[in-house]
Amino acid sequence: MQKLRLMRNIYLGIKSLMLHKLRSLLTMLGIVFGVASVIAMLSIGEGASKEALEQIRKLGSTNILITSMKPVEEEAAANVRVFMSVYGLLYDDELRIKESFASVERTAPAKIVRKEGRLYERALELRIVGTTPSWFDLVRRPFLAGRGLSDHDVRTHANVVVLTEYGARRLLATEKTIGQNLRIGGTYFEVVGIVRSEAEQGGTIQTPDQEIDAYIPLNVAKTRFGDVNVRMSSGSREMERVELHQLIVEVKSNEEVEATAAGITAMLERFHKNTDYRVSVPLALLRQAEAFKRTSNIVLGSIAGISLLVGGIGIMNIMLASVTERTREIGVRRAIGAKRKQIIIQFLIETVVLSTVGGFIGIGIGISIPWAVTQFSGMPTDVTLYSLALSVGISMAVGIIFGLYPARRAANLDPIEALRHE
Amino acid sequence: MLATNFSNASIISLQNVTKTYRMGSQDVHAVAGVSLEFASGTFCAVMGPSGSGKSTMLNLLGCLDRPSSGRYILAEQDVSTLDDDRLSDIRLKHVGFIFQSFNLIPQLTVHENIELPLFYLGWEADRSAEYAAEIAERVGLTERLQHRPTELSGGQQQRVAIARALANDPKIILADEPTGNLDTATGEQIMGLLSELNAQGKTIIMVTHERNVAGYAKRRVHMLDGRIERIEEDN
Repeated sequence: MQKLRLMRNIYLGIKSLMLHKLRSLLTMLGIVFGVASVIAMLSIGEGASKEALEQIRKLGSTNILITSMKPVEEEAAANVRVFMSVYGLLYDDELRIKESFASVERTAPAKIVRKEGRLYERALELRIVGTTPSWFDLVRRPFLAGRGLSDHDVRTHANVVVLTEYGARRLLATEKTIGQNLRIGGTYFEVVGIVRSEAEQGGTIQTPDQEIDAYIPLNVAKTRFGDVNVRMSSGSREMERVELHQLIVEVKSNEEVEATAAGITAMLERFHKNTDYRVSVPLALLRQAEAFKRTSNIVLGSIAGISLLVGGIGIMNIMLASVTERTREIGVRRAIGAKRKQIIIQFLIETVVLSTVGGFIGIGIGISIPWAVTQFSGMPTDVTLYSLALSVGISMAVGIIFGLYPARRAANLDPIEALRHE
Repeated sequence: MLATNFSNASIISLQNVTKTYRMGSQDVHAVAGVSLEFASGTFCAVMGPSGSGKSTMLNLLGCLDRPSSGRYILAEQDVSTLDDDRLSDIRLKHVGFIFQSFNLIPQLTVHENIELPLFYLGWEADRSAEYAAEIAERVGLTERLQHRPTELSGGQQQRVAIARALANDPKIILADEPTGNLDTATGEQIMGLLSELNAQGKTIIMVTHERNVAGYAKRRVHMLDGRIERIEEDN
């Protein structure tokens, strides 16, 4: 009964609005664009930050990434002939970290050498990563074939290699390649596994793995390739001695990440003369990115909110004009016996119908803008359900808030005056 | 006196009613002490020159306005001190209005205009649609029910207005110059319809300044300066 009455009220409201189609449409435009901009802005913002968050998450939120870096002081003195620059993380650093911090679950060292890999007549420039079996527990990538490095490989100094999907494809290696030998710098390595590679590179955040990686046991890398790396560039030779290029530390829980990172930094400071390393905490980056996202959502939201406000004022303006225009109708309804409340409801329903229909059209446009942006520029966008719910809610609220004043004005008209109105 | 006459006794009674407006610094006594009784089933014309207070009388009778003093009894209750919502309720249940300029709602069809009081009374759509069609037939409207009021002639529009005034089965029908916007022939038809309704037992109070229109009424109340000048009664 109550529901039927409401349905009838809505039907009558739509009828009144249809009497002035163009006017109703123009009135709605404010809300349409308001809602469309809310959704479009939020989805573009959401898409951008989601990408950043995804990259950070790939690093693992419980991980701490320590990278060797050539100290600034030595780089500044580059014109002075330095025979060999010695810097970076030491094998001992890993042991010390493992022993000193109870919160550390596991560590994965990486000694990185660039070498050419050959499988039959095919060659590929590879990034040889000397590491331990724990690498595969830390950088979790699905295996396409074979297995990862094992403790047995380490104990026996086995010449084994794990390729990435990308590397395997370039070298025309398949599942059948498992067991065959890949030549790296004069040594043959048996291919034991192929892991999926993280295809997306780029972005600001560095991931621990790359698609041109080939993983071998650390102790094999140490004996075969040594710690000294010679780089030939434009007639000059540059030599550097680096023990470990990278160290990933996994902490037992999220809560302990920041404290452990601080402890590790303090410890490294004690043992290293120069700052020849960088400690990055994905979790801290994640928190930063989330805070940034919140701020940008507020900024974008307020801009869109202002356009909705303008739309609401537009509706109010038209409804006030409509009340004046329909003064006589209001008088008649009151004379027939409509209560003030019923007049308020009638006009309120009209504004809410206007703003809600506008809201839904706005959603349509708001969804298609990010879609078009993604289609044409490849920029990631993400239309979230909450932004849709938010827009519908806001547009209805705008209808109620900005409709209330004209509706009250209509209801408070003196019926006698209203009937006399020309 | 017969028992039937007794039940026909006054359903509407004004007891020393006044209505005073403030215009600037001056008080205007639009109605200055009127006591009047209307029997159920009467057809009464309120006459007088403009400014005599007949429109104010009609507003008071229709519960659109409250008297400044005095008592107004309608449907066995004193309505002179009711609040806005209660007055709306009285209008909805007991009063039907017919206006000079018809006052139909332009965006609604003829049918929906007739149904309007039923909508506010909370009738279900099916029942009210059926009933509205029935009333439309009673006032001589059988076609064009789905048309807009603006597509109808003046006489037809006034028929729609009369049908709307009948929809809530009111105690009194108040007509404000019902023929004022109609040509003579159409006006006569409309007055004929009102007389017919009165013959069926409807109580009608009509404001007019036209003698020949007032002639349809059984009783004529002449007003001057907010007071009753004289009352003519047919027998």
